[in-house]
Amino acid sequence: MSASGQIYGLLAEFDAPAPFVHATEQTREAGYTRIDALSPFPVPGLDEALRLPPNRVPLIFLLGGIFGGLSGFFMQVYSCTYSYPINVGGRPLYSWPAFIPITFELTILGAGLAGAFGMLALNRLPMPYHSLFNCPRFDLASQDRFFLLIESADARFELQQTREFLQSLGALSISEVPK
Amino acid sequence: MTTPATEIDVSRGSDVLAAGYDYAAVTEKISSVVLLRKSGRAWRFGFTVSVLLVMILTCAVSYLFLRGVGIWGIDIPVAWGFAIVNFVWWIGIGHAGTFISAMLFLMFQDWRTSINRFAEAMTLFAVACAGMFPLLHLGRPWEFFWLLPYPNTMWLWPQFRSPLVWDVFAVSTYGIISLVFWFVGLIPDLATLRDRAQSYPARVAYGILALGWRGSARHWNRYRTAYLLLAGLAAPLVVSVHSVVGMDFAAAQLPGWHSTIFPPYFVAGAIFSGFAMVLTLAIPLRWAYGLQDFITIRHLENCAKLMLVTGLIVAYGYGAEAFYGWLSGNEFDMYMNVNRALGRYRIEYWMLIFCNVLTPQLLWFRAVRRNVGLLLLISLVIQVGMWTERFVIIITSLQRDFLPSSWGMYYPTRWDWATLFGSVGLFVFCFLLFVRFLPAISMAEMRELVHEQSRGPGKEAA
Repeated sequence: MSASGQIYGLLAEFDAPAPFVHATEQTREAGYTRIDALSPFPVPGLDEALRLPPNRVPLIFLLGGIFGGLSGFFMQVYSCTYSYPINVGGRPLYSWPAFIPITFELTILGAGLAGAFGMLALNRLPMPYHSLFNCPRFDLASQDRFFLLIESADARFELQQTREFLQSLGALSISEVPK
Repeated sequence: MTTPATEIDVSRGSDVLAAGYDYAAVTEKISSVVLLRKSGRAWRFGFTVSVLLVMILTCAVSYLFLRGVGIWGIDIPVAWGFAIVNFVWWIGIGHAGTFISAMLFLMFQDWRTSINRFAEAMTLFAVACAGMFPLLHLGRPWEFFWLLPYPNTMWLWPQFRSPLVWDVFAVSTYGIISLVFWFVGLIPDLATLRDRAQSYPARVAYGILALGWRGSARHWNRYRTAYLLLAGLAAPLVVSVHSVVGMDFAAAQLPGWHSTIFPPYFVAGAIFSGFAMVLTLAIPLRWAYGLQDFITIRHLENCAKLMLVTGLIVAYGYGAEAFYGWLSGNEFDMYMNVNRALGRYRIEYWMLIFCNVLTPQLLWFRAVRRNVGLLLLISLVIQVGMWTERFVIIITSLQRDFLPSSWGMYYPTRWDWATLFGSVGLFVFCFLLFVRFLPAISMAEMRELVHEQSRGPGKEAA
């Protein structure tokens, strides 16, 4: 048995979403703050159980889209009116309707790339190493089991008490996660 | 303190997922295709054939680089031959993948779940095949980057008012966004493969690709938002891509091309041929790997229904083209319609009517829609039909335009055929590799489906 300073946290295992969400809720209500819930698919109700704030992914999409669209539009305006004007039978150089398709495509491109990479960045991914991967049971978190993590850095973390608390929530197994 | 009784979720059985699957069972069944099972005789046969075709493609393209586009049948007046026909055909096939993964996702269609992953892969490979053709057609393919706006010593810019330049942006955006959408969808499944793989190289390879995914609730929260928004972006994108391809033609003055119906009619045709390709891939896939519990008759039937609907829109497009040709009273438009139906390419024209208008009418019958063999045959016929449609549109309009003195004929050469069949080989080659190295059905979404479908009335009471 290692002391609480040497472990990353305690990991409780569940085999169904309902008790898992319930346990997550109980843990948060018990005052633990540095907790995480890990599941093989997005479990409905988990966000509420953890009281997750609204995420900023939509904002990144919006900014990426605005940047892509504006740069696409002004690139065309710059090219067609200033850098490389071509007089085609006296037609206007600033022919904005003809610029819309490329503006549209670049809006989508900017929003999509910013959003996808922004989501990964907010999630701190790619992260090749994480303490959770030290725990052999954790392999099941991407398959059929649901895990509740209480980090040892939590102010209320106390190895024995926290373990008993997780047991009282009906966990199937409780593992210590080495750092 | 009480906790709810622990009961593992098991699917209750529905028309999109058979009964008796829990989270472990769906994961096991889908990942075993990649990790445990032998490739199988059907796969090895398909792979051998596709590799041979890819070699033919390599020869055809090498010879093209050596000798130039003169090895093809293109000439004046028919300067757009197989390369553009193939481009439009392939890019159209890609559209069903995005339609399934984006539009059906936004509309909460539960039958999307088990077919979206391989349909998205199909999109990627089809876009890759499509993107190859305009570049090969350039004449000097090694200067392809002249299509893009970049600071250059020639002080030149692309002509941004031309639909051909719009096409460059539309197709490359489509390719990139499809890749991103597909990869984002794959991340949780790559983590599953990382955790299940037995061999060390596989663990490392999947581990790198999975980016360290842990399935944290905070991650899932942002992931779901990003996936939803990507779907929201991909849905209008897919409509824009084939509209722009349609405008490549509509912006020209030629009778038979210069028509406002082109963009919507091209989009419908694209989804029509795309669903045919989805069925062509789904039917052998579910048979070869015993995935009938996941890709059920309902999936096939719904694809068939969408094929029927889009097929009717395409048929309306043919009708509208002929009608407006007549209504316009324009000599050249009227002649174009007569020339299509009765001219030198009448066999191709009637073949397309048979394949695209008559054959899909069989799909009105439920018995046909539920007959797997017949469905496969119909979808192959439709793909041939849609290729023929693009051939007729492109060739007949170029072949006889305004001045009889500039009329001509188009005869494809063996290099044209080699490139066409070679691209089919490339597509099949990529798809077969995909099936063996990545999960062809999204495991994370299947687990979600198990969860949703297990919450019957009995479960609520527990």
